[in-house]
Amino acid sequence: MAEVTIGVVVFPGSNCDHDTEFAAASFPGVETRMLWHNEHDLQGSDMVVLPGGFSYGDYLRAGSIAKFSPIMREVIDFAAKGRPVLGICNGFQVLLECGLLEGALTRNRDKKFICRFMPVKVVNNRTLFTSLYQQDEVLNLPVAHGEGNYYAPPETLERLVADDQVVFRYCDEHGNVSDEANLNGSVDAIAGLSNKEKNVLGLMPHPERASDSLLGSDDGRRMFRSAIDYLSGI
Amino acid sequence: MAYKAKIRVTLRPSILDVQGKAVQHALDNLGYSTVDSVRIGKYIEVMIDEDSLDDARRIGDEICRKLLANTVMEDYSIELETIK
Repeated sequence: MAEVTIGVVVFPGSNCDHDTEFAAASFPGVETRMLWHNEHDLQGSDMVVLPGGFSYGDYLRAGSIAKFSPIMREVIDFAAKGRPVLGICNGFQVLLECGLLEGALTRNRDKKFICRFMPVKVVNNRTLFTSLYQQDEVLNLPVAHGEGNYYAPPETLERLVADDQVVFRYCDEHGNVSDEANLNGSVDAIAGLSNKEKNVLGLMPHPERASDSLLGSDDGRRMFRSAIDYLSGI
Repeated sequence: MAYKAKIRVTLRPSILDVQGKAVQHALDNLGYSTVDSVRIGKYIEVMIDEDSLDDARRIGDEICRKLLANTVMEDYSIELETIK
């Protein structure tokens, strides 16, 4: 297998960076690099992950200050070249703030910070991050967020759906998408979203926290595996 | 010249303000049944050193669009005061 280098961005306040690095490094042939927010060098990364946490203390709005960090200029250029970028939880918020993805995240509908495993449906398995999942497969993934309520104006949402950019939706254990199963109140129950080109994916659930059955689920593992297979040309 | 920009950032009316809802509920519990709605926003004071009011307004508008407000879900307004 060809060597694949995965870079994990570290902002002040990131707290899932090491979990993400651990999950990525558990695959043979994968090297990891921790990319400090103040640097300009992606250190030869073939893929970049923006991890969960509270970058810059979530001051002003989640992800709003991280978007101007030096490393993000490189990440935006990298994404523009069609290279893979994955944003998890706070990383998703950063991707939305910096315009790599469309829409915004606001406070959960029921005012609560939600920290639990949730059923999440794969609604598009034709992306480099989801190719090893079945279409409509129901995953068991942990979420941990207070601001995961996705919003996009109606005309934007219509376009995102038409262009197959919705990748994950919250659902019940049988895969039914309903208002009740949509715990944070996201429009169209959106849990994960890609850009039009499908090389940038952002999601609120944490695949890195479900990367080993010892953690309660290894459903997140195939997200890394899909991207690694893609990068190593398998 | 120094200008003080008083910037208000509010959630758009179409966006649910759960914080405002919680506060409204608390006020209702306190007996303020005539309080129909609470919306919570941010108030930001920025000192701007520019040559004219127009320049200060331009900078204020720019920083709101770039950073202080997320115009997908928030509106902003700027009130400028000349500081001697």
